Amino acid sequence: MIFLYAFVVGGLICVVGQLLLDLFKLSPAHVIVSFVVAGAVLDAFGLYDKLIEFAGAGATVPITSFGHSLLHGAMAEGKAHGYIGIAMGTFKLTSAGITSAILFGFIVALIFKPKG
Amino acid sequence: MSQLNNQKDYKKNAKSYQPKPNYVINCIKAFFVGGAICLIGQCLQVFFIHFFDFTEKTAGNPTTATLILIAALLTGFGIYDKIGQFAGAGSLVPVTGFANSITSAALEHKSEGIVLGIATNLFKLAGAVIVFGVVSAAILGVIRLFLNNLLG
Amino acid sequence: MKIGKQTWRYQNKLYLTSTGTAAGPLEAKGPLGSSFDKTYDDLHCGEDNWELAERTIMREAISFCLQKANKQESDIDVFLAGDLLNQTVTSNFIAKENQIPFLGMFGACSTSMETLAVGAELVDSGFANYALCAVSSHNATAERQFRYPTEYGGPKPKTATYTVTGAGAALVSKDPSPVMVKEATIGKVVDWGIGDANDMGSAMAPAAADTIAAHFQETGRTPTDYDMIVTGDLSSVGSPIVKQLLWEKGFNIDNVHHDCGLMIYSPDQPVFAGGSGCACSAAVTFGYIASQLASGVINRVLVAATGALLNPTIIQQKETIPCVAHAVVLESAGGQ
Repeated sequence: MIFLYAFVVGGLICVVGQLLLDLFKLSPAHVIVSFVVAGAVLDAFGLYDKLIEFAGAGATVPITSFGHSLLHGAMAEGKAHGYIGIAMGTFKLTSAGITSAILFGFIVALIFKPKG
Repeated sequence: MSQLNNQKDYKKNAKSYQPKPNYVINCIKAFFVGGAICLIGQCLQVFFIHFFDFTEKTAGNPTTATLILIAALLTGFGIYDKIGQFAGAGSLVPVTGFANSITSAALEHKSEGIVLGIATNLFKLAGAVIVFGVVSAAILGVIRLFLNNLLG
Repeated sequence: MKIGKQTWRYQNKLYLTSTGTAAGPLEAKGPLGSSFDKTYDDLHCGEDNWELAERTIMREAISFCLQKANKQESDIDVFLAGDLLNQTVTSNFIAKENQIPFLGMFGACSTSMETLAVGAELVDSGFANYALCAVSSHNATAERQFRYPTEYGGPKPKTATYTVTGAGAALVSKDPSPVMVKEATIGKVVDWGIGDANDMGSAMAPAAADTIAAHFQETGRTPTDYDMIVTGDLSSVGSPIVKQLLWEKGFNIDNVHHDCGLMIYSPDQPVFAGGSGCACSAAVTFGYIASQLASGVINRVLVAATGALLNPTIIQQKETIPCVAHAVVLESAGGQ
């Protein structure tokens, strides 16, 4: 069942993005930025974890989960170390994503040539 | 009859000449492609839990990394931009779109050198995501921590 | 000689002594593919980067143009060229190679007719015997300078245009040839408030209408005096708008209007609303239209090249797109 929920929830999140592009004429960058902020806001109310429980990768693969992970990491360290913990923990959970994006992006750029 | 030859209202009147996006078809395409990417993510996650030593909580890391690798390679082969034109937000919103924005910027500026081309332009498009993510996480984090402390 | 405020009528008999065109892979597969002197199967044109590829295309178009007229670079008195890149680098480097006295020009996609109008004027006034005019554009160089990296997956709306990869060159002189350059109408910059870089057709249509209407008023001609009235790159969005704008001004161009951006691609090619770029009007005019005039199939053509004077920084500062259109009248010499 989790596979179906992942497909449907992930698909629906993308539909919201498509509506922002088409109806509200937002640029791709504005759409992505709104989603990241939306993910952080949902996490602030503890809602995003419920969505992940329900939909698995349907909630962790869209970029909204980036905002959620940033806040989650910040809160975990914040609870342990006070306000400075927010700065210490922000990238804790997103490290794998950012590191692999930089690394693979760099390597691909070294090897390939733009196709146009 | 409204006249098109009217500088003041041109922006409004010209709208009837501009083709509208096909909202329904675009949403269906975004739904299926976006859903499919998440489904692949779910399969990868299950795979990492079953065959490697990952838990529900930590399996997200190798899953994200694998999706990013696939997206970076598709960008290198010149396929991701075609998927993007077809799927719209379907391939923009998943983390693969983030990887595409990094890889495409790096690849495009390769001709200007490794340091000043690839490295300085890597976050040209994706930088906004990180900036807004960190700023919103910091603001919300401080508020929540303050409330937690207040309420004990 | 000046007619009215914006129109020049050349006093001498001026000819398009020769022309040269080159085009990229997608244009080669389009309906006019066989009219180009040189086509490439690869967007890189065998070069290491996009900017070098664009330069190669312009160099090739010029070499075909000179070869057909049997001229050397040293025979040419002035070289007028432009392209879409910052500081018009393609033209600058070609001018460095060919060592012809150089006037760099920029009118975005209207540069094709801007260079031709001024080049013809220099020959007419006797300041030059041979003027070489050339423009180029490349899909990937334009894409990366004005929009996003070429491999970026952000979707584009239906109103977007696709920059033509190609170049066009023309040699103007008093040496007889089948195609004559008769008049030019220099456009004013028109901005009717469109600020969407993905909808240049709507932005440029008022500029095209302004120049074409001025041309009719100052020459006293009507649309029926022309076999073709060609706009540069208004695409499927701007073309109906320019027809409507001119109709409201009392000129019906429905039967004679064509748009280079729609001629160069077939409707099933993935180019959104149509082609754009300097090379769009240049490759179509100096290739297909020049050969139609030369064979006498058509006698008089008005080519109004349209340019969106777009700057990505200024667009992000929420300003709109100033546009300009320059028109040149070409006639078949055989018809006289």
